[in-house]
Amino acid sequence: MEFNPQQLVFYLFALLTIGSAVIVVTIKNIVYAAFALMVTLFSVAGLYVFLQADFLAATQVIVYVGGILVLILFGVMMTSGSLDLKLKLERGQLFWGGIVSLILFGLLLSVITNTPQWENVDAGASQEPTTRKIGEMLMQQEYLLPFEIASILLLVAMIGAALISRKEVRDE
Amino acid sequence: MSLQSYLVISIILFCLGIFCVLTRRNAISILMGIELILNSCNLNFAAFSRYVTPPDDISGQIIALFGIVLAAAEAAVFLAIILAIYREFSTISPDETDTLKG
Repeated sequence: MEFNPQQLVFYLFALLTIGSAVIVVTIKNIVYAAFALMVTLFSVAGLYVFLQADFLAATQVIVYVGGILVLILFGVMMTSGSLDLKLKLERGQLFWGGIVSLILFGLLLSVITNTPQWENVDAGASQEPTTRKIGEMLMQQEYLLPFEIASILLLVAMIGAALISRKEVRDE
Repeated sequence: MSLQSYLVISIILFCLGIFCVLTRRNAISILMGIELILNSCNLNFAAFSRYVTPPDDISGQIIALFGIVLAAAEAAVFLAIILAIYREFSTISPDETDTLKG
């Protein structure tokens, strides 16, 4: 097997993704879990780059790391009182949760390894950037309606979140 | 690098997310688990778009973009609900907020 730097970087990103996801799931301190989640999201963006999805990788970094992670940290700060909140875990729950997720893992793994259509399939990669194409598909072609529905969804979510989280004011 | 390596990474993320949702006793940790699950799903979309569909068809990436939009909306509403629950109960443990339990 010859030395292939691309493969090396890929395995590095894969290891980083899985390792930090394990930290997210197991660590007791919730702030550390949030920062481990940041590493996971960044390395998933790296995997998107390997999949020739440059626009998707940029969106992942902007929306997840810049938006959702900050929201999560705000949520931690506003609900825990202090930043070194320890999480309690129950042994029975750990056992059953582990069983369920291991069974799911085995099931999905057997599906992946037993599907012959997915072995050595490679449709070939286009070398041009995807941003222009995504813009055309979203604004001119078949994805215009889902795009508009997504914008309405975001508006609804924004108004709903503001309405739910504000203090209730009764004027009588 | 093949399709299968991406799929294996994706199912590992998925199962870790399920484990997180099932075992954590803090609503924000559950949100982190849900984010892991959504990420694994988007990774699947991008991997199939790269390996299975022809190179000039990037529908999978667009669906993954919509997935990111949904995740953002979901996180905003989730945190608003968590804040409302915290004001009401002074805790966000899913086991202790059981007013509706019969």
